[in-house]
Parts: sequence; structure tokens; C-alpha cells
Amino acid sequence: MRRILAVLLENEAGALSRVVGLFAQRNFNIESLTVAPTEDVTLSRLTVTTAGDERRIEQITKQLHKLVEVVKVMDLCEADHVERELMLIKLRASSDERQEIKRTADIFRGQIVDVTADTYTVQLVGPSEKLDAFLRAIGTAPILEVVRSGVSGVGRGDRVLSS
Amino acid sequence: MAEMLSGGDMLIRALQDEGVEHVFGYPGGAALHIYDAIFRQQKVEHVLVRHEQAATHMADGYARSTGRPGVVLVTSGPGATNAITGIATAYMDSIPMVVISAQVPQEQIGTDAFQETDMVGISRPVVKHSFMIKDPAEIPSVVKKAFHLASTGRPGPVVIDVPKDTTDPTMFAEYQFPAAVKMRSYNPASKGNGRQIRKALAALVSANRPVFYVGGGVIMANATDSLRELVRSLGYPVTNTLMGLGAVPGNDPQCLGMLGMHGTYQANMAMHETDLVCCIGARFDDRVTNNPDKFSPSATIIHIDVDPASISKIIEADIPIVGDAKLVLEEMCAQLAKILEAEPEAEQHARQARTQRWCEQIGEWREQHGLNHELRADSARPILPQLAVQMLYKVTGGDAFVTSDVGQHQMFAAQYYHFNEPRRWINSGGLGTMGFGLPAAMGVQMAHPLETVVCITGEGSFMMNMQELSTCLQYGFPIKILNLNNQALGMVKQWQDMQYGGRHSQSTYSDSLPDFKTLVEAFGHVGIKVTDANELEPALDWAFSAELKGKLVFVDVWVDPHEHVYPMAIKGGSMRDMILSKSTGAESN
Repeated sequence: MRRILAVLLENEAGALSRVVGLFAQRNFNIESLTVAPTEDVTLSRLTVTTAGDERRIEQITKQLHKLVEVVKVMDLCEADHVERELMLIKLRASSDERQEIKRTADIFRGQIVDVTADTYTVQLVGPSEKLDAFLRAIGTAPILEVVRSGVSGVGRGDRVLSS
Repeated sequence: MAEMLSGGDMLIRALQDEGVEHVFGYPGGAALHIYDAIFRQQKVEHVLVRHEQAATHMADGYARSTGRPGVVLVTSGPGATNAITGIATAYMDSIPMVVISAQVPQEQIGTDAFQETDMVGISRPVVKHSFMIKDPAEIPSVVKKAFHLASTGRPGPVVIDVPKDTTDPTMFAEYQFPAAVKMRSYNPASKGNGRQIRKALAALVSANRPVFYVGGGVIMANATDSLRELVRSLGYPVTNTLMGLGAVPGNDPQCLGMLGMHGTYQANMAMHETDLVCCIGARFDDRVTNNPDKFSPSATIIHIDVDPASISKIIEADIPIVGDAKLVLEEMCAQLAKILEAEPEAEQHARQARTQRWCEQIGEWREQHGLNHELRADSARPILPQLAVQMLYKVTGGDAFVTSDVGQHQMFAAQYYHFNEPRRWINSGGLGTMGFGLPAAMGVQMAHPLETVVCITGEGSFMMNMQELSTCLQYGFPIKILNLNNQALGMVKQWQDMQYGGRHSQSTYSDSLPDFKTLVEAFGHVGIKVTDANELEPALDWAFSAELKGKLVFVDVWVDPHEHVYPMAIKGGSMRDMILSKSTGAESN
């Protein structure tokens, strides 16, 4: 089962390496990871997507809590939440493919953010499945590069992760 | 106005203010400013080891025997890496320790400088937490935090990495030792949940075949008084893990001895047949449970632990209680007294009758296949290692601090020396570190200069840290070493006998062993060699005599090299599946 964990972390040197190290050391899987400081500069917020059954997720959460620099942990998938991922995809776009790429990008509400004579760079934001779907839909156009940010997420409504 | 001190002086001053009396360490380039600060004061005594691994084990033995954090000081690079084994040992057994490692100056970090290693990185998986000093001004608060983290909650080792420039004797900063620690992200559990405690007690008083399964957490939490009160008022049997020996008196009739891979027959049978396991300060280690899927098939599980991550990690707990063992047990005792007072007479009789039946059943198991604690010396056959431990128990009146190394001798010690008090049995349980015994005994002796300290070892383990015999002479540690010499890596050899058709791959070296008597004499100590069972008791009497009281004595006992440790769990089975002796083979229940 895929899970999204949101983690508030002291914004200190070495804190991130402890989180990443924990996953490696305990044989937990990281599918994606994003991290950046929050509005409170002493805190970073980290979103990690992982997979496992109920017991495994419980163990991951508990082990994360044990790290001294971890302030709060929340499993976003326990309730309604919004998840988003950003993707930049650079495609070989020769004259006869350009229309089709543009149309597909429009359908997915993507934007073309860089253009050259024979490339397009499309920016797309959404849940990870939408990004996957776009990659499938793009069809025969040769992909030059794909950059994904990893998942960020937030609980819906009043559900807040704060220190 | 606050005092102005250099970083090196601050570090030592902070240790003083933290109440540290002893530091175990070894100097080197990056640590020299700190060592100069040590030279210029008297309050903190430094013990100079011969290898940094030994420094960590000494601090570890010091911590296990006192409950106070052990302190280590090493230099950068190899000093730091040599300390890793001891840090990992402490981590696995949740021992409070603060390790100060010197580091190359900050401007050289990352340049592959001489004796540089990324200590914070290399120690990360085996520490509770670590710090790197960036500015001398933060030294007092980091030291305060390090000791707080090491000794509260689930204890563990904490590393402070100190770049040389932050201890510069020509740079001064304000010294102020903080009165308290505030960390928003660290709030270890204290009291247990009241509702869960009531549930646990209800399950306990109504159980048919209950067992207390008690680990090192009870000892670390200084909770043995409350534990003893609780188990005595219920009259239920107790089994200890390797780390929990001494939590209840080893010779108490309610005590079943150790459980697990080499646990007693009665302990493992009871664990399998029980309908209620009350686990306190233990973690369902694989050496205890055998196959977790077959563990205590009909039992309700109560699990009391200070670390929530230990609960339901291996075995799902039905009644989890997160809290400090001492506080939880005190609360349980108080509530149980009320429950028992209000208990109707008929129910009380019924409960006592159930307990009696259960204890009788356990008594039968003990009778059938329990350990034989009345072994006799027999010159006609090689010395049994069990006999040597049994005699040590007799000669020391069961009252010594006993450290051990790792292997067969460790199991024999755990089985045959009855520990009646906590903190008397000191061994590397989780990591299983050979070479632990001698330095750990030195740390214990440092903390308890007037007590009898014994190291039960084997020649394999002993040779891993025997350089410390020199340190023992320097500081006059009168440790008694009982070397169960089977001229082989006994536990490896036993597994090879049992699982690899007797092919002793790299586990023997009998033609190249040193003469230990001469060896220890060369280090300035007393050596005794024993090859006849009838010489054993006189040799031990002599070793522990008033005449040799101030001396380190090494008793080299040549034991039967073919002896195996039994019972032994059958791999993949339940806890009642044990091999009981060489001749009976597998006893699969």
C-alpha cells in the first residue's frame, strides 16, 4: 500500500541524512522524497512516499518519531488530503509532432515553458498518476528528459501538521 | 559576568558540571587541546586505554554497573573508527554513553585531511543522536543535551564530534552551563496510560498460566524493586532475558532462569504454554522468540516498554503500555494492592489454585530437563565449563560483578551463575561483541573499586582485547579472569558440529595458542593454569584469597573442548522446540 508521510524536521545540518539513513538502515523503501524549509525557518517539511502494510507503516512512523530532530509525523493517507507533484518533460518536437504535443499538454492542463526549433519542455502539476498518464499519452514523441519533484501533500480542511 | 574559557577548557568544565568523574580515552593530534585541558584540572580522572574499542567497553561497563552515562574521549580518524564497535555495542543494549571524538579543524573538513573521518556519518546508524560542534560557545549546551539524551527515555550512546579549532586555547567564549534542557522534538515517555494499566492488571489476575518475561529495560530503569513487589504479590513465574538476569533473584523459586535460544527447559516450555505473557523492558528479540509465527500460540501479550517502536515490532501486543518501567510498575503495584484487597475470597482461592497448578507444571518441567546445578568435580574426565562457572558462583558467594565475553562461556555463565541483584551481570547481548568482557570489567572496577569483579571469558574473546592487561596494571584493577579455554571458537564449532557435519572451518587454533599463564605474568599479573577438575576449587580459592586481593588473577581453565551449550532452540521452531543434549538429539514437542 502506498503511503505519503509528512514530516516536520528541525532545519539543522545532518537532519535529512538521519531520515534518509533510517530508511536505508531499516530496509524501508523510499519512492519519492521532497524537502524544503517552511515559513518557520527553524523547521523543514519533508514529504516521503513509501509502501508497506499497516504494521510496516506503523513501524516507519514510530522509528521516524524516535529521531531526535523529528518534530511531527503525519500519515496523509489516513484521511482526505491533497497531493501534488511537478514534472518537467523535455520532448523532441519536430514540425509534424508539435501540434499533437501541444494538444496533449492542453488536455492535461500542462504548460509549455521552453521552446526551441526542435524541442518542447512541458510543465505539468498534479497527482503522480496524472503525470504517469501524461507520459503514456505522449505517444511516439521521443522523450529527452523527465524531471519529477516527488510528491508534496497536505491534509484537507482543518487537518494541520504544525509544531 | 560569565567566565571566559577556551573551547577545550569548556568541554572539560562542562563534564565536571555534569558530574562526570571518569573518562576513558586515548589522545591524538586533533584531541590535544582537550587533553591539555584535562592535564590542568583534577576533578575528571582520565583512564588511558591501549585501544579505543576498549575505552568504549569500559565506559559501557561503568554505565551498566552504575546507571550513569559512561564517557569516552578519542581522537579523530582511527581513534573515532576504533570506537565504533563499542558504540554499536552500547546502542544495541540501550546503554547511556557519551563519546567525544576530536575532529580535524573545520576548514579541513572534507579535504581528506590527515586522520580525518566523517564520524557523525560513520556512527549515525549506531547512535541515539550526534552533534558536531561548530562554535566553542555552543559546547556547554551541547554537552548538557548529550547527557540528557543519553540517559533519558530509551538510553543510548550520543556522539559529540569536536573539530580542533573549536577547542583552540587562544580563543575564548563565555562559559555558562545550562540548568535545564529544552528540546521541542524530544519528549520521552514517562507515565503509562492508566486505562491500559488497568486492562493489564485485569488480564493478570484472571490468567490461568501467566509468565512475566523481563528484560534489561527493567534494570536500566532501576525498576527491580517494584517488579519484585509485583511478581511476589501475584506469585507468578518470571523468566529473564540475557539482559534481564538479576531483575529478580536468580535463586528465587519463582525465577525460571533465562529464556530463548539457550534458555532453560522450564522457561521455554512455560513461554510456549502460557496464556498471558507480561513482557517488561524486553523486545522479543529473535534469540528469544525463535520463529515469531509460532511464538506463544495461545497467549495474550502485555508489552511494557519506554520505546513505542519496540511495541508490536516483532510480536503484536494486545495490551501495549508505553512508559518508563519504574513508573509503570509502581502504578501497577499500587493498583494491584487495591484489586487484591477487594478481591472476594472465593476468587482469591480460585486464582491461587490456578497459580499453584501452573507452578506445579513448571516444577515438573524443571524436574525433567532443568539445568543440573550440582555438578561434581571428576578428575577422570575433562573439566566441564559449567562446573567452572558453578564453582565460581560458590567461591564468590554469588555476589560478584560478572562480565562476560561472547560465545559458549557467556551462555554457561548466564545459565549457571545465579544473579540475585541487578547490574551484576554485564555482557554484550544485542551486538554480541567478542572482546567486551575484560574492558567492561575494568569499567565496573573503576566505578566499584572495593567490589569483586570477575570476567568470565574464553580464549578467543580474551585475545580480542588482551592489550588492556597493561591498562589494568597501570590503574591497579584487581580483576579476576576466568578463562574457559576450549582451544577453539566454541560456539562456532558447536554450530559446525550440529549444522555443518562437524567441518570445523576456521574455528580451531589449538597448536598456536599462547601460554596464558606466562602471558599474563609478562604483563605483571598472576596466572594460574588448571587442567584437572579437582584442582579447580583450590585454584579459585587462591585466586580470590586475601593474599591476591589487590592483584589481577587470570585463571586459565582447560575445559572439555567437545562440550556444547544446551538446551538449544531448533531453528524455525517454536519456543518449546529444543535440543536438550548431544545424545537425545532433537526434542520437538
